[in-house]
Amino acid sequence: MNLLGKLSWDAIPYDPIVLGTLAVVAVGGAALFVFMTLAKKWGWLWREWLTSVDHKRLGIMYIILAFVMLIRGFADAIMMRTQLAVATNGSEGYLPPHHYDQIFTAHGVIMIIFMAMPFMIGLMNIILPLQIGARDVAFPFLNNLSFWLAVSGALLVNISLGLGEFAMTGWVAYPPLSGLEFSPGVGVDYYIWALQISGIGTTLTGVNFLVTVLKMRAPGMKLMDMPIFTWTCTWANVLIVASFPILTAALAMLTLDRYLDFHFFTNDLGGNSMMYINLFWAWGHPEVYILVLPAFGIFSEIVSTFTGKRLFGYKSMVYASGAISILGFIVWLHHFFTMGASANVNAFFGIMTMIIAIPTGVKLFNWLFTMYKGRVRLEVPMLWTLGFMVIFSIGGMTGVLLAVPGADYVLHNSLFLIAHFHNTIIGGAVFGYLAGFAFWFPKAMGFHLDPKYGKISFWCWTIGFLLAFMPLYVLGFLGMTRRLNHTDNPDWNIWLYIAAVGAFVIAIGIAAQFIQLFLGFKNKDKNLDKTGDPWNGHTLEWSLASPPQFYNFAKLPQVEDIDAFTDMKEKGTAYQRHESYAPIHMPSNTNAGPIMGLLATAMGFALIWHIWWLAGASFIGLIVAFICRAYASNTDYYVQPDEVARIENEHLDNVAKG
Amino acid sequence: MNLLLTRNLSKVALAALVLVLAGCQGGVLDPKGQIGVQEKELIITATILMLLVVVPVIFMTLYFAWKYREGRGEAYEPKWSHSTKIEAVVWIIPIIIIAILGVITYKSTHALNPYKPIESEEEAITVEVVSLNWKWLFIYPDLGIATVNELAFPANVPVNFRITSAGTMNSFFIPQLGSQIYSMAGMETKLHLIADEPGTFDGISANYSGHGFTGMKFEAIATPTREDFQEWVDGVKASGEALTTERYEALVEPTEYHPVEYFGTVKDGLFFDIIWEYMGDMGRIEFYGKPEYGAELPEGVILPKRERASTTHESEEASH
Repeated sequence: MNLLGKLSWDAIPYDPIVLGTLAVVAVGGAALFVFMTLAKKWGWLWREWLTSVDHKRLGIMYIILAFVMLIRGFADAIMMRTQLAVATNGSEGYLPPHHYDQIFTAHGVIMIIFMAMPFMIGLMNIILPLQIGARDVAFPFLNNLSFWLAVSGALLVNISLGLGEFAMTGWVAYPPLSGLEFSPGVGVDYYIWALQISGIGTTLTGVNFLVTVLKMRAPGMKLMDMPIFTWTCTWANVLIVASFPILTAALAMLTLDRYLDFHFFTNDLGGNSMMYINLFWAWGHPEVYILVLPAFGIFSEIVSTFTGKRLFGYKSMVYASGAISILGFIVWLHHFFTMGASANVNAFFGIMTMIIAIPTGVKLFNWLFTMYKGRVRLEVPMLWTLGFMVIFSIGGMTGVLLAVPGADYVLHNSLFLIAHFHNTIIGGAVFGYLAGFAFWFPKAMGFHLDPKYGKISFWCWTIGFLLAFMPLYVLGFLGMTRRLNHTDNPDWNIWLYIAAVGAFVIAIGIAAQFIQLFLGFKNKDKNLDKTGDPWNGHTLEWSLASPPQFYNFAKLPQVEDIDAFTDMKEKGTAYQRHESYAPIHMPSNTNAGPIMGLLATAMGFALIWHIWWLAGASFIGLIVAFICRAYASNTDYYVQPDEVARIENEHLDNVAKG
Repeated sequence: MNLLLTRNLSKVALAALVLVLAGCQGGVLDPKGQIGVQEKELIITATILMLLVVVPVIFMTLYFAWKYREGRGEAYEPKWSHSTKIEAVVWIIPIIIIAILGVITYKSTHALNPYKPIESEEEAITVEVVSLNWKWLFIYPDLGIATVNELAFPANVPVNFRITSAGTMNSFFIPQLGSQIYSMAGMETKLHLIADEPGTFDGISANYSGHGFTGMKFEAIATPTREDFQEWVDGVKASGEALTTERYEALVEPTEYHPVEYFGTVKDGLFFDIIWEYMGDMGRIEFYGKPEYGAELPEGVILPKRERASTTHESEEASH
């Protein structure tokens, strides 16, 4: 029996680009290791962060994960754009299909699953419990476990860079191409297990936050009093709970096809790939609303904060988000109008898709009328919001165009489509997350980001986006399809060059993000947020210190308005000193999350390489770890009233000093 | 100033776009066939309709941000957050636009249904298309010839494509003629196109299918007359070898940038063989003579239900 399964020295890819990347990662990792060891920070990192069940710390770790994966995913993007700018007029470029095809697959998977999702879930983690006046989420340990499952998936994707290969199927991994017959290597297996493990984490997150919102709202806060970001996250969580199990099932069937010679999606023996394609998009389409709805919530919070106004049409917003969520489930077929469905079927799904434009349009108008007769402060978060409103309008329009089957018949799979979904995912979701990052950074960390570089980042992203993606609309009209490795059409060249330039401008925008972060840390003491309310905020998170007390609320707030904190400030009930506090019941940190995450990674890795003994052992380990955690008794503790009083008074003194 | 910059930038982008779209050649906005022409008109109509909302939204975004920015002393009403009139308007305007677009969508989807044969006084010709890794096989069942990576048909004559795949999924697409449709193993999809003028058009696969996908291109030649087409057919017949089952099996082997090949004769029923290949023991029917679509089979031959493998949900609907 081979103890290493399919793993051998051949698994290391001898590609100069990959080896160079691995060398950089190795050197960086070693430097970090030495630094942490010299600074004796490992124990601190483990006790305070990795094992933390505090939603705020988990949120921060999610966002760190998102930024790390953004670098990886963006490196893929810039390689693709340079390849296509170089490989014109019949030239082969510098990335042969074997490498290039992995890159576009990895780019899609990473950006959606391991950049956008962790960013969204990170912001939701930090802010949602604060907005509803809760002390943590409903299931704090589960929250930690979800995070480690996401990390586990991300690890597998990154391991694929150095051991074996990643899928060469496109991020959708359609069979039969992703079946054993056409993809015999480990690439698709990496894809399957990375998505499967992190997907289960996401499902758990959805359940966790739904329960949190339903059961843990502050006294007096009815559902229709919840802040709009909380509402949009809630709709996203409904979508997660309803759609991620579909992905899990589809991937499980693909796994059975590949591992146990089943025939769900194969060409022969009655298998049918159309079934996978339907299932994939039955998850995949709600997934894009999972990404964008919380971003809509962020923009809503920012518009109302930076205009110093109540959000216009709160109820419309809530219902519009709900409508988008529900409609999001009955439009998946628009991803394959060209598969031969009848005219009636295509027309139905086309029209349902367009109907989504109605609630989305309403949202845009509501943001507009929130600005109307407001006091617009053009801070960094507001700039992202304005940029979004302009760019997303274009993306929405091209989306509706693609929803017309007759137009899709010629635009399907073209670069027009690529331009469209980047227009909505970057212009909608990513702009939203970066806006939320700038907006809530002082809350989470206690000091401000550097605003100058924040603005530079915004302008580079906006201009870079227009340069990188507007040409793709043109290329789509010129008949260029997606996933081409090289081109031979002189009419396309100029647009490919402009798009490559755009990618580099976005690169500057990303660099500026890191510079604003670096300068923020460097000038931390000058930019402290002492009051906890730097933007004159409306909602409860701003009533706390920055960073918030680890127990969030010393006394659960009594909520009487949608803009609960503005209401308190107006009534003079904000920043109340209490004479006595009750002990606060808190969850203890736990080793179980990171240990289970590690075991899940080992199991995924073993399954990918057919190392059966390790797969079995780590699976049993997972179960044992879970049972141990389930029977653990020291899972909570009480914060004593005198400590609460000390922390609260310190914060209130800071507020009084202004 | 920043806002002005955005506005100028978007103006430049828009101007560039208009310029390109007006002068573009060879793409889907330069159609050479009736289907493509209708699709281009549809794209333009829908875009204009949507611009009716999008342009005001973009304008209002920038205008409101400028007008109500801090320090300009404009009216400020922090508690104003509801107006039934405005909310009615912002719901009704998108509803109207989408209602109009919905009607257009319903009609155009039926009119442009790829399964619908094109009405013409000319008798249509039939081409069976098979996507192989990574090349296109075109079989002319009525003419008994086949080609690889070169497709020809007379201009102004409707072409009925019957499409399948011998392996991975591809999409059969001639951008300048209009619609595309997937090719899927074990299944048959249909597409109907026509060229309004003679010419040579690029044909591609529009669905990624593996390493050699980029080179999976073909030329679609619309000959000026039927006579020219017949000349091309004679050329294929004269220069080509026979496409037997063995020869086909050699052809299935993956290749990239496969050269054009001509086959003067083709094994009868090859297209059906390819579709049924994946049906295991259920497949592999011996065809006696050319497969006549819809013709009755000789006694004793049991044909597995074709509907099961076909995506033709409503081919009856399409045929009238």
